[in-house]
Amino acid sequence: MTTLAELIIVAVILLNLSLAASGSLATCIRLAAAQGVIAALLPLLAGHGVPSGTIVFCCAVILLKGAIFPWLLTRARVKANVSRDAEPVIGYPASIILCLGAFAASSWLGTRLPLPETARVAWIVPASLSTIFTGFLLLTTRGKAITQVLGYLVIENGIYIFGLALFVEQPLMVEMAILLDVFVAVFVMGITIFHISREFDHIDTAELSQLGDWYPKQSGGEK
Amino acid sequence: MLLMLIPLLSGLAAFLISDDRCRRILLLAVAGIHLALTIAALVVRPEMLPGEWFGLDSLGLLFLGVTSVLFMGASVYAVKYLALEKRDPGEDSDEGFIFNNEPEPVFTGCLLLFLAAMTAVTASRHLGILWAAVEATTLLSAPLIYFHRHKRSLEATWKYLLICSVGIAMALMGNLFLGAAGLRSGLALDLGSLLSNAMSLDQAWLKAAFLFLFVGYGTKMGLAPFHTWLPDAHSESPAVVSALLSGALLNCAFLGILRVAQVCAAAGLAGFTGDILILFGILSLMTAAFFILAQKDYKRMLAYSSIEHMGILSLGVGLGGGAVYGALLNAVSHSLTKAGLFFVSGLILAAYKTKQISEVRGLIRRVPRTAVLWMTGFFLITGTPPSGIFLGKFMILKAAVSGRHYAAAAAYLFFLTVVFAGMGRIFLDMTLGEAAALNEAEKPFKASRQMLIPAACFFACVVLLGLYMPAWLNDIISGARDLIIGGTV
Repeated sequence: MTTLAELIIVAVILLNLSLAASGSLATCIRLAAAQGVIAALLPLLAGHGVPSGTIVFCCAVILLKGAIFPWLLTRARVKANVSRDAEPVIGYPASIILCLGAFAASSWLGTRLPLPETARVAWIVPASLSTIFTGFLLLTTRGKAITQVLGYLVIENGIYIFGLALFVEQPLMVEMAILLDVFVAVFVMGITIFHISREFDHIDTAELSQLGDWYPKQSGGEK
Repeated sequence: MLLMLIPLLSGLAAFLISDDRCRRILLLAVAGIHLALTIAALVVRPEMLPGEWFGLDSLGLLFLGVTSVLFMGASVYAVKYLALEKRDPGEDSDEGFIFNNEPEPVFTGCLLLFLAAMTAVTASRHLGILWAAVEATTLLSAPLIYFHRHKRSLEATWKYLLICSVGIAMALMGNLFLGAAGLRSGLALDLGSLLSNAMSLDQAWLKAAFLFLFVGYGTKMGLAPFHTWLPDAHSESPAVVSALLSGALLNCAFLGILRVAQVCAAAGLAGFTGDILILFGILSLMTAAFFILAQKDYKRMLAYSSIEHMGILSLGVGLGGGAVYGALLNAVSHSLTKAGLFFVSGLILAAYKTKQISEVRGLIRRVPRTAVLWMTGFFLITGTPPSGIFLGKFMILKAAVSGRHYAAAAAYLFFLTVVFAGMGRIFLDMTLGEAAALNEAEKPFKASRQMLIPAACFFACVVLLGLYMPAWLNDIISGARDLIIGGTV
């Protein structure tokens, strides 16, 4: 079954690239959801003799990442009435190149941090690190609040890939607690986005810049 | 554990209670019960079972005690504060627009749930649970920061949520790395087994894990350069929340770092972790010192002072030896003092309706009692003897010199002096100075006793700590120090 798992890893990496390349928010939400679902399948394929607890857990993850998160984010997107991302700080082609570079770097790092023999799937570490990097890229270079939440989710996907492929035997309670936190995080962020869009009439985080010590406070002028 | 369940359940209940008076009494009652239970735990020292997910060792107990005392003070203050806010909800202090407050049930509910999450942090013996609890504190405190519903608090909340969540995601990665380090020897993430088998952990993975966890919890703790959310969140949230964030939450994040440092020390990596802690400690001190000098907003100034103290804690633990005791003593005293200062800053804000330092003058004439507390707080926070902070800072300095960390000691002294000078100027200007004539129509704000007493009590405790160290507290701090240095179970 490892070939199938490796196929998933490849898909995850390709999804990273398309996330970096896409400017439509709806597409981005769908891509991140697809990545989450595919990654959630990983522990089911990687091991032999999957315990029933893991199956339940994976189903919960698929439900959350494949259905609930996209739904929450889409709702926030519709309410805020945006469809395309603001022009990113780094252009799309450059983002793709950065992503590829990150993948190369993570592959190198993967050889530096060898996993114990028990790890079952090759390329786990590079895939997970490059996914985390893509998340950071979304988080830092994109302008809309929704894309930043997506970035957070993609980072979480990356961590998940690393975690679940390794520790199927971790206590289920801990995994559940973590999952609950992520869920509440997205939920709270969704509410905050809603408030931002109501208060400012937009969700461009670049304009959330009133607080800070570097710039003198602008008096008046803003909406 | 009863300690967690009570605030958890009552927090949920608070969302449903519609009567203000009932809800406020509930808040006070829970704070009181929590404090009583904590004291009971101090006296009885419950047994820790190996492999249990929750248990209180000296380190956890120390931070739990601080959290509980702070929450008691905060809830006394909050009850009056909420009543005042209810009466005349908000005109914005700096820009003068009208805004609404968050519904009070949500605020009180989140406050109580926040207490539950912090209790879980201090009591957890499993690094996964610890992580989940720290993340829960972030999420539950976000609505607290957004109590005043306007643009600036929203911006602060967003930054806080995003920066801390991503930071904490890094900590999760660190946890997984720690798991990878123990994979060969089949170790899970519970603290007891990690500590007793630390030598069998894979060193490369353990180092990577420490780095990730340090960045993650360091973000939450407000160490420079990951501190950017902190001044915004502290300055925009209501005084009660700032006090809890600064006094209790930062400590909880610090506890996360300490737990990993414990594991690293047990694995013989104390030198590696020490260097990192010292480096970022000094960096935080430096950042705080520079920003305090040019500060225009007194709540932000207090926030930077928190960053400074987190730097001191990190430095102290990094130096090891006697400095660890100093750092822990400093943690306790800083929490109490800073919470008190934030309480007082809330009163100043209510009296002057501005957070700009330049517009607050002549406190001593206009609100004399508040002014006396404000100046007392200044002397305590900058480490003037006699105070717990002075003792803590002095122990760290002594350890730095005797451990031949001369460069660190010099930088430490220099930045402390800069902070003292910068804060001294601000505090003196605000307290003395020529007060602007009051508008005839304006009714002068009179601070109620209920809002002054918590700060006064906290300050008194810190002064007492400088003069006399009770034996039981000494026991706990020494026990916590041995845990950090020795890495024993």
